[in-house]
Amino acid sequence: MLKATDLRLTFNPGTPIETQALRGMTLEIPTGQFVTVIGSNGAGKSTFLNAVSGEQRVDSGTIEIDGIDMTRLPVWARARHVARVFQDPLAGTCEDLTIEENMALAKMRGERRGFSFAVKPALREEFRAQLATLGLGLENRLSDRIGLLSGGQRQAVSLLMAALQPSRLLLLDEHTAALDPRTAAFVLELTVRIVAEHKLTTMMVTHSMRQALDVGQRTVMLHQGRVVLDVAGTEREGLDVHHLLDMFEKVRGEEIDDDALLLG
Amino acid sequence: MSLYTLLGALEIGLIFSLVALGVYISFRLLRFPDLTVDGSFPLGGAVAATMIAAGYDPFTSTIVATIAGAVAGLITGWLNVRLKIMDLLASILMMIALYSINLRIMGKPNVPLIMEPTVFNLLQPEALADYVFRPLLLVFVVLAVKLLLDAYFSTQSGLAIRATGSNARMARAQGVNTGLAVLAGMALSNALVGLAGALFAQTQGGADISMGVGTIVIGLAAVIVGESLLPSRKLYLATIAVIVGAIVYRFFIALALNSDFIGLQAQDLNLVTAVLVTVALVVPKLRAHWSGKKGN
Repeated sequence: MLKATDLRLTFNPGTPIETQALRGMTLEIPTGQFVTVIGSNGAGKSTFLNAVSGEQRVDSGTIEIDGIDMTRLPVWARARHVARVFQDPLAGTCEDLTIEENMALAKMRGERRGFSFAVKPALREEFRAQLATLGLGLENRLSDRIGLLSGGQRQAVSLLMAALQPSRLLLLDEHTAALDPRTAAFVLELTVRIVAEHKLTTMMVTHSMRQALDVGQRTVMLHQGRVVLDVAGTEREGLDVHHLLDMFEKVRGEEIDDDALLLG
Repeated sequence: MSLYTLLGALEIGLIFSLVALGVYISFRLLRFPDLTVDGSFPLGGAVAATMIAAGYDPFTSTIVATIAGAVAGLITGWLNVRLKIMDLLASILMMIALYSINLRIMGKPNVPLIMEPTVFNLLQPEALADYVFRPLLLVFVVLAVKLLLDAYFSTQSGLAIRATGSNARMARAQGVNTGLAVLAGMALSNALVGLAGALFAQTQGGADISMGVGTIVIGLAAVIVGESLLPSRKLYLATIAVIVGAIVYRFFIALALNSDFIGLQAQDLNLVTAVLVTVALVVPKLRAHWSGKKGN
């Protein structure tokens, strides 16, 4: 379970470009829930995700995962509990390493890395079987550099990598945004399958309202660094993108002028 | 060129292949532009020569020199990781600090090893001339180091170091303490350079305060020449390439200096190095340019 309480973060405090990115951001995600997070540019989606992953320290507030206080831990120490797929397909894998070496790195996420060989025959077979489920033919390219793969392929492998090792929270950072529509659909489908298979507690940040309503069990909308809309269950099932927009306007009492919200 | 000069070039080439492997670790695997080697090379020489001259066993002295190199790399890494000093600057600071430290260790600008025992003359069989045995022993040392490095960089912790250099953000997200990985890589890199310095002092009749000048350029030259000769992204081929690069580089230097018709002298060494590195840098680009034209 993720429990973020009253997170506050101000960039460049005391300067003309001061930005309050998080203003009392509070969110609880119960174990096993798949939450989608939407919001316009600058709403604080990415900042919140980075605060949870540890890339961004908050000014105040606490972040707990399954009761463990994460607020002060660096990224690498949180990795034991938190798995992540980045927006940029190039960011989530090491292009100089082979597919199997990348997977071996992820297999040891959060564990002590010793002096035994990273890729052992048994592990290689496991990777091969995992890759075969993608249906991309990657199971025959284990020793190819991952830099030779397309963005979509790399993102699919990143998803597999995130699930190689148990995690208490999976963070997906607009992980289909940089892909073409067909590949994005494939990666999203894969996401739903992997999350269901491993019963992962998941937070998916997305630009697409359609996506936000189609997958997961709950949708949260951020605006100006806090939660302004939180729908789940039957209320959410009856929603369409237009309802979401109307509700957003009602809550905020203002027009939405960001086209990005309407896309997808 | 006589057999004697040829074996001499091979000997120095092999010693510098250890430097080149160290440089490969810092520059290529960690992407850390590390000039510490200009200080850790003479540090290894100074420690080994001073200890041997003081009566210590050459093997112990060589090991201590290697550890001294590792410590130098560790400090450079620490300056960068903990004190957040820019990588290049941190290594320059360590390099000039080592100049004073090396003088302190030796107590004078040079420590000669003329009659003293070395790892080479202690192991040398009666039947072989010294100028044959030294490169022979070095081939074994370099091969052992190469195989150990290949093995280490395919272990879990070795992989963590490579991931840190390739994509630090991803490495952290996978739970790699990237700061620690930089420290480990820098220690390993400079340990090899320290070892090379210790062996160099024992083959060249002593340590000298100026023996480190340009070590980084020679190391980089070897890496670049090796990569142009045998371009490969596979680690075990890359380490071979780096070793071959160091030997080829040394061979060309010897050739240039020993060919009377070119008229080069010993003091032209750095100029020759600069030209060689330039050629090695430009050739792969030209090659890509030509093959690109063919493709169109």
